[in-house]
Amino acid sequence: MAKTVLLVEDEPNIVEAIGFILSRSGYQVHSHGDGATAVQTVRREAPDMLILDLMLPNRGGLEILRDLRADPDLKSLPVLMLTARGQKKDREQAELFGVSAFMSKPFANGDVLERVRALIGEA
Amino acid sequence: MPKTALMGSRIRERRQVLGMKQAELARAAGISASYLNLIEHNRRKIGGKVLLGIAQALQVDVTALTEGAEEALLDALREAAAVSRRDEAETDRMEEFVARFPGWAQLVAAQRRRILSQDRSIAALNDRLTHDPVLSEAMHDILSTVTAIRSTVSILAETPELEAVWRDRFLRNLQEESTRLVDGSQSLVSYFEDQVRTDTPFTTPLEALEVFLARRDFHLPDLETLAGPEAVAPAVEALLEAAEELNTPQARALGQTYLTRYARLALRLPADRIAALWRETPDPGALARQTRFGLADIMLRLALVPAEALGTRLGLVICDAAGALLFRKVPDGFPVPRFGAACAVWPLFQALSRPTIPAHALVETPPGRRFETWTVATPEGIAGFDTPPVFRAAMLIGPDTGALPPESAAPVGTTCRICPRPGCAARREPSILLE
Repeated sequence: MAKTVLLVEDEPNIVEAIGFILSRSGYQVHSHGDGATAVQTVRREAPDMLILDLMLPNRGGLEILRDLRADPDLKSLPVLMLTARGQKKDREQAELFGVSAFMSKPFANGDVLERVRALIGEA
Repeated sequence: MPKTALMGSRIRERRQVLGMKQAELARAAGISASYLNLIEHNRRKIGGKVLLGIAQALQVDVTALTEGAEEALLDALREAAAVSRRDEAETDRMEEFVARFPGWAQLVAAQRRRILSQDRSIAALNDRLTHDPVLSEAMHDILSTVTAIRSTVSILAETPELEAVWRDRFLRNLQEESTRLVDGSQSLVSYFEDQVRTDTPFTTPLEALEVFLARRDFHLPDLETLAGPEAVAPAVEALLEAAEELNTPQARALGQTYLTRYARLALRLPADRIAALWRETPDPGALARQTRFGLADIMLRLALVPAEALGTRLGLVICDAAGALLFRKVPDGFPVPRFGAACAVWPLFQALSRPTIPAHALVETPPGRRFETWTVATPEGIAGFDTPPVFRAAMLIGPDTGALPPESAAPVGTTCRICPRPGCAARREPSILLE
């Protein structure tokens, strides 16, 4: 059974591009675009990993990450955080909350695929 | 160095305040006038009986002479010396410096204050760049768009035998994101332009005058209803006195020239009359003939009448023969750069190549808005047989009334740096919107 990746990102064309790349490599990709309901979606979908945007409508990625890490079932879920703000402060905050990997936009498709493979292995 | 180093200067200052002659004070203090002269120029240190005698003659306490108001100045110089990376300021001779070169000392202290103020502005701007929510959101938006474009282009370029349905979908996404990127970049540039317009303090007298006029929408009711030529100077003086923007002698001098011209024009051609003439014949050439005004004067007068009276908002840009913009009343939607050179294609600059010949032309700005322009370059002042005439060009700008054929509209921009027109023969430098 293919490994599942939940992509929490509000930019539809980024979702489509990343979704296409990961799907072609055999991963099963779901997406979600709203920060407010992202944690519930993670609990419901129980993906193998999460790709999480930092700036989301209604609730930021850092808050979502903090809530995930407070949940014993999701404490060790691999989370790759994507952000347009590659600033040191955000990176430090994300690391403090237990992010697994961090990537700044704009990124290359190959890099995303490489990070996903490093975190959960081949599809 | 003792604080008493400047005592002589204080003695001289106090004596002058009392209106005493040097000889009188010398006599009262029981010393010779030449000795007092040396003391007053800080060339002789004094104390004891002589100091007491001088203080009594000047009717002040001794401490008023030994400790002066220069402390603030000395503090500023100390600070300036302390932040200097090189250890080359002779701090032990600071009081002597203040005494001998008070003007230079004030200048150093003023420069220090200016540097401090600029440091604070830079820190505030840095802070804004990092934390401004509008900028942060705009940058996030642009980077997200760039990410979507980069990922989509990679897929299109690197996926062999991509199915047609996917290819079409990605091409459509690419088109969407490209449009979004242009919009985002333009709004970011506009944001910076607006910030500069509203935040930056005046750097030149011309800029101070522009802000003074812009805040009053280029209309000064106090100069519109003067009784006669004798009322011009007092009215101009009163306006200059109250104008907080014109806070340097240079800005006030420029303001005086401009406001005097304004008042004289208003006396000769009242606002209601020119407004009525314009509503009847919206043509500066016809108005100049009717009123016997020069073209440059009639165009300036028109730009000084409120839009409500004219029935339309007119803008005016004036430049000198070097192309420097001297007057900017910007009509809505016609962007004029605040710094640097404007678009070389503007009819304003073409007017300089055919002095005294007026031109009526249609122009189109990058977003596709059309404006009617009237331009002429005229000699400024009176040229002599041995001095060449100095030309200035003026361009009156109004909305497109349909008087000129739309196909005649010349494409213009604001300034090359933010102009999105590719392949323009007049381009001086690359555009950040085309790079």
